[in-house]
Amino acid sequence: MKAVRTIAAVALALILQSLLARMTGSTRLPVDLVLVVVVTTALLYGRVAGLLGGTLAGLAQDGLVGGVIGIGGMASSLAGFLAGYIGTQFIVTQTIPRFLLFAGATAVHGAVFMGLYHLLGLRRFDQPFLDVTVQALANAAAGIVLFGLVETLPGLPERWRIWREHRRKVRFH
Amino acid sequence: MALPDTRHHVRYLFVAVMVGHILLISTQVTSRSGVSLLQAALMSGLTEAQRAVWTVVGAGHAVWDNYVALRGAREDNQRLSREAADLRVQLQQERVASQAVERLRALMDMRARVTWTTTGADVIGGSVSPEFQSIVIDRGSDAGLRLDMPVITPAGLVGRVVWASAHAATVQLIVDKSAATAVIVGTSRAQGVVLGDREGMLRLDYLTAFAKVQRGDQVVTAGVDGIYQKGIVVGYVERVGGPVIVRPAVDFTTLESVLIVVAPAPQTAPARPPADAKARQ
Repeated sequence: MKAVRTIAAVALALILQSLLARMTGSTRLPVDLVLVVVVTTALLYGRVAGLLGGTLAGLAQDGLVGGVIGIGGMASSLAGFLAGYIGTQFIVTQTIPRFLLFAGATAVHGAVFMGLYHLLGLRRFDQPFLDVTVQALANAAAGIVLFGLVETLPGLPERWRIWREHRRKVRFH
Repeated sequence: MALPDTRHHVRYLFVAVMVGHILLISTQVTSRSGVSLLQAALMSGLTEAQRAVWTVVGAGHAVWDNYVALRGAREDNQRLSREAADLRVQLQQERVASQAVERLRALMDMRARVTWTTTGADVIGGSVSPEFQSIVIDRGSDAGLRLDMPVITPAGLVGRVVWASAHAATVQLIVDKSAATAVIVGTSRAQGVVLGDREGMLRLDYLTAFAKVQRGDQVVTAGVDGIYQKGIVVGYVERVGGPVIVRPAVDFTTLESVLIVVAPAPQTAPARPPADAKARQ
């Protein structure tokens, strides 16, 4: 079930990322929704899920954009794995730790991705630190929102039912 | 037998006689307008009466038109509002359709101009990774698309196909960091390579020391990189002095339709000798 959810989430993130880029007309979005989903999966299901989810997501991105297959996969895998590991070792339930975790995972992803491309001489990065910082902030913000949704939505019908019953009791008394 | 009271009758008679006189006189005296006083008086009285009657009728009409006859106005208003909303939506749709027609007309004009075999496609998505500048189009290998096929618009060069499934393909934009295009600059015919730069611009590199490049020079493909045909507009020189920056001719943020060059220009066949000449030989 975790695998199905992870695959579905990654697929949805790929579609959303493409749609968002198309709708905003931007050739370069600051946020990487796919990486955000990978880190979220890692925090929810652990480092193995983060690793495999990252692999799947990174390879899909590599293949779809015509990049070197594996570089994005490696970067996302590492980011997902580290996020999952930190998520199991430390308490990452508050907003600020989560924000830092998403930002850190993005930094790891950026370092691996840009480092490999730079080492292989396949791409130039004019302002890598600025690019990674902007993306880290954007991803962290998106991650906080996504995590909030993930935590809130599943229990929403139950909470709604309890609240209605409570209201009914209050009315009768 | 009591005598009838003739005092009232006298009054009536007096009034009647006076009126008779006036009438008599008026028939003989013309007014300043040239008609007799009687006629003038009659006309005046008549018109005043008509005016009075018309005022009353007009008021009645006004009451009827503005109140009684407006019983269905609310429904009419609602219906017309709905119709107006529908028409506004229809107008917007027509405008969108008109823009699409203009866009397609430009593409068709271009197809007619170029000698290459092309196929059209719509842009259906953007890049799935922020590190890459690419678009997704709705034509794939089923439509004959293969890797490295050039993608163009009437404005100029868009990029090349880097991935194709059966019904969709990814196009790497020329502004992508790993994209490189061999180009010729303006009238000086200096050759160089444009590379993806920051903020959606291109950087012109590998120019010789003697190359003369001026601001506003047109940059076209050189046709020596094995991917792009020669002469496709890439952009215009934006800045010289330091790195030469080229502004792409295509606005990638508003791309909706593109053409993919699926086959280069057909080779011109050598002139065939006339049949009778062949027979003579």
